[in-house]
Amino acid sequence: MSPIYYVTLSVFLFVVGGVGVLVRRNAIVIFMCVELMLNACNLAFVAFASMWGNLHGQVIAFFVMVVAAAEVVVGLAILMAIYRARRSASVDDANLLKY
Amino acid sequence: MTTIAATGVLRASWLLLAFPIFGAVVLLVGGRRTDKWGHLLGVAMPVASFVYAVIAFFALLGDRDRSQDLHLFSYIPVGGFQVSAGILLDPLSASFMLLITGVGSLIIIYSVGYMAHDSDRRRFFGYMNLFIAAMLLLVLADNYLVLYVGWEGVGVASYLLIGFWQFKNSAAVAAKKAFVVNRVGDAGLTLAIFLMFAEFGTVTFTGVFGSVRSGGSGVATALALLLLLGACGKSAQVPLQSWLLDAMEGPTPVSALIHAATMVTAGVYLLVRSNPILALTPDARLAIAIVGAVTLLWGAIIGCAKDDIKKSLAGSTMSQIGYMTLGAGLGPAGYVFAIAHLLAHGFFKAGLFLGSGSVIHAMDDEQDMRRYGGLARFLPVTFVTFILAYLAIIGIPPFSGFFTKDGIIEAAWDRGGTAGPIFAACAILGAGITAFYMTRMVLMTFFGKPRWEGEEQAAQEAHPAPHPHESPAVMLWPMIVLAVGSVGAGAFLIIDRRFEKFLAPVTGVPPTAHGIWTVPGIIALVLAFAGAGLAWVMYGRVPVPETAPHGNPLVVAARKDLYGDAFNESVLMRPGQWLTRLSVYFDNRGVDGLVNTLAALVGGTSGRMRRSQTGFVRSYALSMFFGAAVLVALLLAVRL
Repeated sequence: MSPIYYVTLSVFLFVVGGVGVLVRRNAIVIFMCVELMLNACNLAFVAFASMWGNLHGQVIAFFVMVVAAAEVVVGLAILMAIYRARRSASVDDANLLKY
Repeated sequence: MTTIAATGVLRASWLLLAFPIFGAVVLLVGGRRTDKWGHLLGVAMPVASFVYAVIAFFALLGDRDRSQDLHLFSYIPVGGFQVSAGILLDPLSASFMLLITGVGSLIIIYSVGYMAHDSDRRRFFGYMNLFIAAMLLLVLADNYLVLYVGWEGVGVASYLLIGFWQFKNSAAVAAKKAFVVNRVGDAGLTLAIFLMFAEFGTVTFTGVFGSVRSGGSGVATALALLLLLGACGKSAQVPLQSWLLDAMEGPTPVSALIHAATMVTAGVYLLVRSNPILALTPDARLAIAIVGAVTLLWGAIIGCAKDDIKKSLAGSTMSQIGYMTLGAGLGPAGYVFAIAHLLAHGFFKAGLFLGSGSVIHAMDDEQDMRRYGGLARFLPVTFVTFILAYLAIIGIPPFSGFFTKDGIIEAAWDRGGTAGPIFAACAILGAGITAFYMTRMVLMTFFGKPRWEGEEQAAQEAHPAPHPHESPAVMLWPMIVLAVGSVGAGAFLIIDRRFEKFLAPVTGVPPTAHGIWTVPGIIALVLAFAGAGLAWVMYGRVPVPETAPHGNPLVVAARKDLYGDAFNESVLMRPGQWLTRLSVYFDNRGVDGLVNTLAALVGGTSGRMRRSQTGFVRSYALSMFFGAAVLVALLLAVRL
């Protein structure tokens, strides 16, 4: 089985996610874009695992899901706190931590 | 002379030191609690020391060898190098012991009256006890290292006492000056002790004197010159004389103590004590005699021009110590007269200082002799004692200065060679100048018209004219006792060669016997009368102007201490300041410059780099993407 379609789709999704992270201001959307990038990676992992016929890539995909879930929990909690304080979810507004 | 271990009553000679040390510790540590009775303890301790000194003196007279050493404790035990703290009682140290405790006690008794109105009287007595203890340690030590401890103790105590009235800036500066100038001399003594240790491996008197003969004349000359430097500092000899006149900032009893019983006599003691070293080195002896001759004229000339009664006396002390140093430089012929003059000087100079203190006390702390005059009527006891001490210092027979000073003059005369008559001429000339300035002082203070009840008195209600009054008995009695000493000490010591025989075990026997009436002595006497007559012509016959006349160049120079301070300032202080400024400049620009440049470089760079921390999450994300892209590109490049 050739993974070329899957990898192509994975690259497409990763680029969509990456551009989203760079250009969007809303933190929720940035989060979703990050999830998109992670799942693009998962897709590539699973495709290559299927190609090689072993489970290594699938195990990694599970790890990524767990880490992503943990990240979302923490990230959304921070986001809630920021939103309550500033009435805004724009990441450009939260720029106090600088030089 | 053999030194034996202390026996009998002399086994307790540590008491000599213990009494004043105890007094000093109680008074200085006890603080204000001891204010009420502090002066009584401060008087009792030196007096107790004096009583023991008299007992010890007679015990020593009864002993055949007259030299006893009391081992106190092991001071520095380091392998082969042992220094033990010990007390050496021999005729020389016994003479000083009696002088210091005796005259010191009289001065301290006097201080009870003089300092009665000072709120810090207790502290004053603590320092005085400390001073006496340090000086006793200096003269009683049986090795140079313990002597050095006493030497430094004297320096500290003099610093504390000269600067006793710290609220006066001039007093604080004078104390600092005395200390610093003394340190220069101390360096000489320190180096001498180093040299002894390096050459002989010991610093005890017996050890050094025993092995100095085998050390060669070079070592002996070096030692003697270094000791001379030390003596110059402590005894205010040229070129380290400048501190003595400023030291008059202390209370008058301090001046009396410094000039009569302690401090300035230490240098003479050091030289005479080291006579076995001096015996080996004629060159150094010549240097010592030259220093003495120069100083005796130097001090006398300054004494002539000063209008401050205490400063004039200070010049006189410098001059008299010059006589003693000259005597010490003349070898065995001079030692005995140097010490005899020192003892006699202890009496008459203490008497003069206490007398001047009494006058100052009576005149509401006025020290300018041009504002005195006609005080003989008001201060009869002070006047009589002052006159007796005055006759002693100018060397009128049969007062003490005549016997002891003439001994030095004659010893200089007998020295022979080219230098002998020159030294004798200096000493004789000095005797004439001494008579001049002392007569001037007496005439300006006690005779003539009173100049203190001036006509502008009514205008200056804030400064009413003083009402001279005789001092209380506690101040008069010490002066009377000292006057008796001024009258009799010289004759007692010199007639029948009493002191010569007494001191012979330490200093050796003078080569020629000293007659009472000698040609140089008579010349000095004639010159003294001439000096006194000149002073009468200038200050007795005509009224003394209240403002000092301009004076000739010599007078102007003498008023400025013969430019001693100017010399120190231009030759030592200014170049020293330039050197420090240069060092500071190098430190600031060179050493610090390097470090500061590095720091500025790092700081500037980081200051620019932190601008990249914008606080915008998306810009961080962008840089992460670029970083990751570069990494991937590198990986691919390496693979391919």
